[in-house]
Amino acid sequence: MSIELTINGKTTSFTADPAMPLLWYLRDHARLTGTKFGCGIGYCGACTVHVGGEARRACITPMSALAGLAVTTIEGLAPAESLHPVQQAWLEEDVAQCGYCQAGQIMAAVDLLKRKPEPTDADIAALTNLCRCGTYPRIRKAIRRASRLLRAERT
Amino acid sequence: MRSLATLPLSRREFLQVSTTAAGGLAVSLFWPRQSAAAESMRPKLPPAANQPLGSFVRIEADGRIVIGARGCEIGQGVRTSLPMLIAEELDVPWSAVTVEQLDYSLLPGATASPPVARYGAQFAGGSTSIRDGWYELRQVGARARWLLIEAAGEEWHTPVERLHTRDGQVVHRDGRTLSYAQLARRAASLAAPTEDAPLKDKGAYHIIGHPTRVADGRDIVTGSARYGIDAAAPGALTALIARCPYFDGALARLDDSQARQVPGVRQILTIEGPKAGAPIDRNLAAGVAVLADDFWSARRGREALRIEWTPGPGAKDSSVALEQRALAALEGHGKVARQDGDFEAARRNAARVIECTYIEPFLAHATMEPPAALVDLRGKRALLIASLQSPGGASSLVSAMTGIARTDIDIQLPRSGGGFGRRLSNDYVAEAVLIAQKAGRPVKLLWTREDDLQNDFYRPFGVHRLTATLDAAGKVTGWAHRVAATARKYRAADLEDDPDWVGCVDPDGIPAGCVGNYLAEFLPVDFHLARGWWHAPLPTFAAFPVESFLDELALAAHQDPLALRLELLGTARELDYRDHGGPKVHTGRLVGVLREAARRIGYGRKLPPRHGIGLASHFTHGGYAAHAMEVAVSEAGELDVVRCVCAADVGLIVNPLGAEAQFMGATLSGLSAALNLQITVKDGRIEQSNFPDYPLLRMSGAPDVEVFLLDSPFPPTGAGEIGIPPAAPALVNAIFAATGKRLRRLPVGSQLKS
Repeated sequence: MSIELTINGKTTSFTADPAMPLLWYLRDHARLTGTKFGCGIGYCGACTVHVGGEARRACITPMSALAGLAVTTIEGLAPAESLHPVQQAWLEEDVAQCGYCQAGQIMAAVDLLKRKPEPTDADIAALTNLCRCGTYPRIRKAIRRASRLLRAERT
Repeated sequence: MRSLATLPLSRREFLQVSTTAAGGLAVSLFWPRQSAAAESMRPKLPPAANQPLGSFVRIEADGRIVIGARGCEIGQGVRTSLPMLIAEELDVPWSAVTVEQLDYSLLPGATASPPVARYGAQFAGGSTSIRDGWYELRQVGARARWLLIEAAGEEWHTPVERLHTRDGQVVHRDGRTLSYAQLARRAASLAAPTEDAPLKDKGAYHIIGHPTRVADGRDIVTGSARYGIDAAAPGALTALIARCPYFDGALARLDDSQARQVPGVRQILTIEGPKAGAPIDRNLAAGVAVLADDFWSARRGREALRIEWTPGPGAKDSSVALEQRALAALEGHGKVARQDGDFEAARRNAARVIECTYIEPFLAHATMEPPAALVDLRGKRALLIASLQSPGGASSLVSAMTGIARTDIDIQLPRSGGGFGRRLSNDYVAEAVLIAQKAGRPVKLLWTREDDLQNDFYRPFGVHRLTATLDAAGKVTGWAHRVAATARKYRAADLEDDPDWVGCVDPDGIPAGCVGNYLAEFLPVDFHLARGWWHAPLPTFAAFPVESFLDELALAAHQDPLALRLELLGTARELDYRDHGGPKVHTGRLVGVLREAARRIGYGRKLPPRHGIGLASHFTHGGYAAHAMEVAVSEAGELDVVRCVCAADVGLIVNPLGAEAQFMGATLSGLSAALNLQITVKDGRIEQSNFPDYPLLRMSGAPDVEVFLLDSPFPPTGAGEIGIPPAAPALVNAIFAATGKRLRRLPVGSQLKS
């Protein structure tokens, strides 16, 4: 059985174990290693990607669930040589320490800002992605900054 | 600028700066070799087409300045801060600098034992990177700048006294300029200086002390930054290991027939664990390795293994039993780590004796990036790509296991997804080597989160009993700190010469030296878990009991907790401190951070009901930090950290933006552990397995951290770990102030709800 899906705008066909989580297809087969492994049970969010435009934890999303869907990873968030406003805000607030969880944090933040362009403190606090370095205060600032950048883009 | 002494030049030479075994600065000259082996050992930085100025600096024809970052980047910011030191003295604008990670490297052909590190200290641990690099990396920049000035002097036939530098140019007194790019070729042909070049005055800094963002931040936010787990090599199989869950247990029976049927599984082999009771200097446990085409096949294969384990000697042990043993041990006598005056006499003469017992759990490091290692053994050479904190240790280990000379082992240093001391142990490297040797092919070993939480070198469990004696006026006359804990030396190979209380007892920690009758004592309690270094190891272990007890004493003596601390610390002076961060601890600097934290939070102000403010400070690895926290605890026991202030004195600040991040992160690491984290053992096995039962702090529980870095006349210490130790005691002191409930056991967990 072959599963057709789109990854970062490119159509691809998958024929191996349909139970394989998207995370390991991305990392081991597509060699898109920006999406990270943290827990394998959908808890920590290091593997957050977008499927059909919504945040998903790739470590618990089997390939079988992706037929006909479009996957966006951190590598495909913005066209080459450019940055998504959320990435830009992350740089301006100097969020990253070790940086390992940040791709997942950014993908979760992009999803949040799509749903709630002007998120409240409670909306931001509801994000469950883990950061062992403790970058949460700067993540909060970066999300608010990104919200302003996106608003400026819209107007 | 005056001329410096140089060595006579016989051929093209590269400036080489490295640390001698004695710790001094040595300058040697490195001639690029022609042999293939030596060629591949050359630093990546100077390809022939460019214009090298020593191993750390390359100047591109387009004016770009490429600076090598030597340290292991584990989130502490050294890929930014160390190149800043070089760039400052090289006198180039930071905007013109491109940072490149240097590999771990030894001087080729060196026969010295231990071999000489090409770039000096590349180790990450103990908050030492900035302290180690502060002088020598500024010298790297200053000497490269000196060569450029000399080159301009030759170019213009002008004495160097008439020249200075500005923004990547040499400037003549008459206004002429030459860019570094124009001068680089000539400068690289000059003899390297053999004496120190003059360094800038602080007032002239335009990079050091200026907020600077993470050098490779763009790679991180676009997903192109490479971590150890991202490594790949042609022909490498992915390996997962099913490890014996019982410490010192062994493989009894293996049926791998089903695992071999899993598509993608290529090989299954066994590895031995450490010998029972022997030092743990390689891998932690016996196991069965499944080698496969990718992670998913390896995991499926591992799940299909049928294994019976023989439990080791600790099979019936538990943390509950350990706690009972520790409490029993405290009824006896231990090993005295420090004794001033006569504590027993102080006890006999005391008007009051206060005694409290505090309990701290085992902790796992839980780096976001689990351990992983790619090992390729190719005859007489080896390649290792992994997230590391001790590449020198990894180099020695690979060499000892394979017989390959250390100079023939290539070690790349990708970014690490956190460190916190976990990667000071290279057990996962040892595993990858064992598998690669047996499999006869390159191997990429991955760990799952379950593997990680159950196979760590844990922060020790400990029971602390603190006893203080007060005179009739409420003044502290004696202090005893007795610690029952699993000894640091337990099965450690490298600590024969250290007392076994190292890492458990901080004999010179404040208030040692501030109380006339003082006793520090260690009571070793055996347990089977491997012990390691956890994020400011000893200070974090010591600060919770000591700083909690100070508040309890203040209560008993009807004193304000801040006033009691200031009185104990007394006049500003230096006291001897033998552990890491010494040789001195300065009481005045602790007073400084305490006062600053108290001032910033508005200590003493009237608070709403069920709110409380707690304070704590600690000396850690040469730096000073204090926390002041305001918490609110609802009737139902819901805890809210309303405000969290951290004040620190870590000397001169190299990167204020990075240092602020380090103190925020350290504070939240301390809070995360204090609130919810513990590793427990039952029936000889770790009870926790993944984040749901080892719940790191999330966004919703993480307060903003107000960081105040003191203007300090002292040279820079590190920053990474200094902000952890006071966080837990400041939190429990605030909880007490809010509720009257004293928590003497970590983590806080659900204790407020009972």
